[in-house]
Amino acid sequence: MCEHGYSRRRWSNRIVLILSGIAAGLAIMVLVLVLGYAVVRGASALNLDFFTQGARPVGVAGGGMRNEIIGTLVLVGLGSLFALPVGLLAGIFLAEFAGARTATSVRFAADILAGVPSIVVGVFAYAIVVRPLLSYSAFAGGVALAIIMIPIVARTAEESLRLVPNSMREAALALGITRWRAVLSVIVPGALTGILTGIMLAVARIAGETAPLLFTALGSFWGFQGLFRPIGALPLQIYNYALSPYADWQRQAWAGAFLLIMVVLVISILVRRIGSRRHA
Amino acid sequence: MVYNLVNSSMECKPREYVAGLEDRKGILEVQNLSAWYGNTLAIKHISMTIKSQTITAIIGPSGCGKSTLIRCLNRMHEVSQRGRVEGCILLDGKDIYAGDVDPVVIRRRIGMVFQKPTPFPTMSISDNVSAGLRLTRLWSQRRELEEVVEHSLRRAALWDEVKDKLSESGASLSGGQQQRLCIARALAVEPEIILLDEPCSALDPMATLKIEDLMRNLAENYTIIIVTHNMQQAARVSDMAAFLMIEEDRAGVLVEYGPTSDLFTNPKDRRTEDYITGRFG
Repeated sequence: MCEHGYSRRRWSNRIVLILSGIAAGLAIMVLVLVLGYAVVRGASALNLDFFTQGARPVGVAGGGMRNEIIGTLVLVGLGSLFALPVGLLAGIFLAEFAGARTATSVRFAADILAGVPSIVVGVFAYAIVVRPLLSYSAFAGGVALAIIMIPIVARTAEESLRLVPNSMREAALALGITRWRAVLSVIVPGALTGILTGIMLAVARIAGETAPLLFTALGSFWGFQGLFRPIGALPLQIYNYALSPYADWQRQAWAGAFLLIMVVLVISILVRRIGSRRHA
Repeated sequence: MVYNLVNSSMECKPREYVAGLEDRKGILEVQNLSAWYGNTLAIKHISMTIKSQTITAIIGPSGCGKSTLIRCLNRMHEVSQRGRVEGCILLDGKDIYAGDVDPVVIRRRIGMVFQKPTPFPTMSISDNVSAGLRLTRLWSQRRELEEVVEHSLRRAALWDEVKDKLSESGASLSGGQQQRLCIARALAVEPEIILLDEPCSALDPMATLKIEDLMRNLAENYTIIIVTHNMQQAARVSDMAAFLMIEEDRAGVLVEYGPTSDLFTNPKDRRTEDYITGRFG
């Protein structure tokens, strides 16, 4: 054993350990800073009016984001309504019915779709929904969000279905149950927690999306006025208010950012709890 | 038995029984059966006739194709990755691999229990037993279902142990109980033949004995085919025994098939004798 080589290895080990520790610390620090800043600036601006009042004109004090909160709920609801059936069925197809070659190409396509910049998804929704209907609308916003949601739901559903042991499939088939009934009544229930986790992650993701709404839902000061009318959304309003020169609006933008972060945080925590129950 | 040959032009010679309905339960005729996984030949040219209401044991060293053979009998082999079958298997005279036969129907008539107990973990004990009926939409009356659940659990000798916790999860039972639950689940759909693929290999001796007793009772009404690597078990429970072995090309062949007592005490083939006397395998 060479004494010199040993101490060198020990030192390089230490240096790598320290460097990776610093990197990890930096990553966590960024999160803490973002959260902390949003809490400090946003929580103080949050009050009952924020949830119950609509927007006020410049110069008039007070007002809130009630309409945008409703708008975000409507948009997320529409997005889920469009995306869940397609995403879940696609996931089931990938895991249960597709041949190896088909599955590979469909999976590849889903992964590419998941990687498309959200602004491009917005432009696409503009072209296929807004242009033909000649109006910005909640419907168009829902379509844009659904396009973002579908690959996430499909891939997580597929992954959780694959975790169900093959012996369950065979046991069901051996009872003379058809393939489709076996999937619906035996396989999907076994993968339910994973599927729910995926859905919630997808909801958290689209709740904070701004870019795809810019030229689909457009934004509106009046809340929900119909499926085919423009509608506001929290991230859109945060964007608009944060850019404005008015202190009151900027404060509300902070409050909105705080609310959005909290929603995503709560969903993430719920997801973790569901996920840990699966292994219990 | 009186056979009536129809359509002798076909390779598989489908038959139509003239005998009454009660005699038609579960006669399997394997004719020149070969099975592949992709390009790998697993068993080749196996022919045997399995009698009704008997216990037939399939024995042989590991990897000789016992499981493949039994999985061919209810068309589960084709569920395996790139599983493929040639030859025919006649169930009461009709080829189960004929083009117009739905494998789902075959699997309802020929039930199967696997090596590892496979209760559906998301279902209660009683839902597990009634799963076959509920999910095939053959039953909808709750009362009747309850009767079937009790009847099946009694026949599987499990009723007394679980009657107070029917709504608990099937996964809460012990390994031996889970295996009997799987047998009850297979019985609930009223199959004619029950295939058991090494049903005791994951169980302790007591649980194994219980399952063996159960098989003897079930043989009064059902045709039972069991794969086992345990020769004592085959000798204890079976009426007929088939010995499989791999040849040089790694494909399993049927070496000898006959009454269990003959096969164990007076084997005709040298290889059978070597195997049962423990000279190899």
